[in-house]
Amino acid sequence: MNWEGPTAKVYALHVAVVALLVGLNFALPEYHHGVLARVLVLAVFAMGYNVLFGYAGLLSLGHAMFFAAGLYGAGLPLYHLGWGVPAAFGAGIAAGFVASLIIGLLALRTSGVAFMIVTMMFAQVFYLTTLYFGEWTRGDEGLVLQQQARQVTLGAQTLDLTSPATRYLLAVALFAIVLLASVALVRSRHGRVLVAIRENEERTRMLGYDTFANKLAAVVTSGVICAAAGAAYALLFGYVGSTFASVQYSILPLLWVLLGGAATTLGPLIGTLFMYYVIDIASGYTSAYMLVVGAVLILLVLFFRKGVLGTVRERWVGWLP
Amino acid sequence: MTALLTTRGLSRRFGGLRAVDDVEFALETGEIRAVIGPNGAGKTTFVSLVCGRYAPDAGTITFSGEDITAMPAHMRVRRGIAYTFQITSVFANLSAYDNVALPVQRTLTDGRSRGAVRHGAMEALERVGLSNRANEQAGTLAYGHQRLLEVAMGLALKPRLLILDEPTQGLSDGEIENFVALVREIAKDATVLLIEHNMQVVMELAQRITVFNAGKILAEGAPAEIRGNAAVQDAYLGTTPEAQA
Amino acid sequence: MAFFPHLLLATLEGLVTSAVLALTALGLSLVFGVMRIVNVAHGEFFMLGAVLAWAITITLTGHPALGFAVALVLSPLIVGGIAWIAERLVLRRLEYNPEATIVATIGLLYIIQQLALTFYGPEARPVAPPFSYRIQLPWFGYSGYKLSIIAASALLLLATWFVLTRTRIGLVMRATQYDRETALAFGIPVGRVYGAVFALGAMLAAVAAVLIVPIQQAHYLMGLDPLLLSFIVVIIGGLGSLRGTVVAALLIGVSDGIISVFFSPTLAKIIATLVVALVLVFRPQGLFGTATK
Repeated sequence: MNWEGPTAKVYALHVAVVALLVGLNFALPEYHHGVLARVLVLAVFAMGYNVLFGYAGLLSLGHAMFFAAGLYGAGLPLYHLGWGVPAAFGAGIAAGFVASLIIGLLALRTSGVAFMIVTMMFAQVFYLTTLYFGEWTRGDEGLVLQQQARQVTLGAQTLDLTSPATRYLLAVALFAIVLLASVALVRSRHGRVLVAIRENEERTRMLGYDTFANKLAAVVTSGVICAAAGAAYALLFGYVGSTFASVQYSILPLLWVLLGGAATTLGPLIGTLFMYYVIDIASGYTSAYMLVVGAVLILLVLFFRKGVLGTVRERWVGWLP
Repeated sequence: MTALLTTRGLSRRFGGLRAVDDVEFALETGEIRAVIGPNGAGKTTFVSLVCGRYAPDAGTITFSGEDITAMPAHMRVRRGIAYTFQITSVFANLSAYDNVALPVQRTLTDGRSRGAVRHGAMEALERVGLSNRANEQAGTLAYGHQRLLEVAMGLALKPRLLILDEPTQGLSDGEIENFVALVREIAKDATVLLIEHNMQVVMELAQRITVFNAGKILAEGAPAEIRGNAAVQDAYLGTTPEAQA
Repeated sequence: MAFFPHLLLATLEGLVTSAVLALTALGLSLVFGVMRIVNVAHGEFFMLGAVLAWAITITLTGHPALGFAVALVLSPLIVGGIAWIAERLVLRRLEYNPEATIVATIGLLYIIQQLALTFYGPEARPVAPPFSYRIQLPWFGYSGYKLSIIAASALLLLATWFVLTRTRIGLVMRATQYDRETALAFGIPVGRVYGAVFALGAMLAAVAAVLIVPIQQAHYLMGLDPLLLSFIVVIIGGLGSLRGTVVAALLIGVSDGIISVFFSPTLAKIIATLVVALVLVFRPQGLFGTATK
């Protein structure tokens, strides 16, 4: 990896990907249009996970909590307090910020396997809490956000978040912002320090870096991105339920990132897209989607540790960020 | 002259073992000091206490007039204490360039400027003679080159005190010769604390020598005094005659 | 019911939970202690033990005690065999890298869960207890079978303790746990020890499940709770310590029993999980253990 690498080429590639996604808005058949919007929001979730797992090398098993913090942070005020869409989105991100700051301060006192277990347990506490307050959250059944609540008025214009094209383009916009931000992040000084921490934390500390502060910043960045994905999911698809806080949604981003390629900027999109369609196609033949997820996880760690883009970068395109 | 580094009553145990036991140590600004002693004498533990990798059980450490005993390691590095590891620990998966860019970007007040990072990193690589290998992956470099890269990372921190932990271990004679010249060069603007087994390197470089044995300072003095010290010969030189060469 | 009988009942229920939990957690602790890996699929071995017990008792006609006795032997053996195969096929190839192992055992968890759902179905099914004698206490009657679970678990724990501390197999395991390289140098077949330990850990979970299934019913999602509770026990008890595991299982089981009687079970779980996570953050060596290297 060379950070001083071909800047123009890198940005051209990412802008081209975004342009392609915008173009697909006019080309995709209705079903895939809806699927891709969902995949893009989930890919943002995976990109947030990748910041921490791929670049900083911290394997969390509790990221469902950050996604759900955004989901509930946006969904509950909109549903119960009648907040508008922008305020609700902001509340979702704020909830993710607070949650990740607290979890970061606590969980980063541990490392390795203990970090995985602690993050999983905190996420489990969050999940159980959403069930416990079923009066407001309706637990597993969840809340459906009504169409009239999901409108944004900009001057004379009204954006209807339930219309497929608006929904798709907003998903692309969020994806593009997070994608370009993560490219900038990994090419920044902070990004280089995170990779150094992943490779050898003790050595990084002895170069004068406060590794705890850098890791905390990574947890919060990651948590805020995941919360943005969760908030967008609530507002664009109108559903807020406990399932998204369950341990399964901590495992899925790990799976997507591993598949697409950890520590690659576009890997999360590829992994999410691929897995979504694999499960979608598999469920046409069998209901055994968990079998697919399980088998893919094992095969990935056994034979394909670097994922799709990690392998591409290693073999052919060394400048991929 | 004023002392750059002093320790008072510095102690650290591991279980029942007193790895460093009540050590009083002072280092003058600008000198090259060698620390010698048999394996397990507490040399690496001692410098690890100085640079903050371990916390002491008792005692104080003063650097440049400031009590740094409770200061976290990364803050000590920022005060100017740089440590190069005994076991080579360059970032094997990063390029040689990135390895030195990491310390360079931290010392720059304007680290955002890519030009400045590039300039500083290349300068550090040039000083150890690795500038033509900037883009090679550190893990694929020859062992001697990895040792040099390790030193370059220490240099890039622009340290006031550079601690070198067995830097010549595993180097060839020719490489050692270049290394001695490099340390003399470094010592023009930094104080050097050198843990070393190779007595030839020690005698050639050190202005003073501190001998550790069983966690305590056994003797301290100019190279000639240490050579003539009977207790040192007993504890250290006598048991490893080949080191006298 | 008055307060005291209520508390006694809660304590008895808690002891039953503790007995089963101690066995399950011991399996997890053993695998972690010797192999230094976290087996996330441990709860699925528990579930598999219960589901197989149902399948075996339903196949064998005759007195329920006969079917149950066969299940008590056969079900752990089958589960152990499956665990052994998984260890040889997957974990060995990962060279026991801690993080890769966790990802792989998550995969295993999903596969086992799906297979159970596909072949066993989503229903919760009961297994007939081998006997149904009730012990009459002054305030209420209590199931003799539940008390026998406590006794059986105590016997199994003693047997495990004996094997670990008094036999050659135990010595080999402890040597491997203490220092893998040295064990290899002394000609201990570390690979085979690992396979055996992983299988043994799974068998302990399976046997615990067979014991509990007559009072709890078999279900394909029943593995999650024992997994989390075992984590909790192993963390509080200190990793790899048999005595710590038993003490912590008693503590968790009894307090879980008592808390569940007086509070909502969800709130009890929230508090327990939070407390344990905080223990792990602030006292990683556990409440009873000493720091491991």
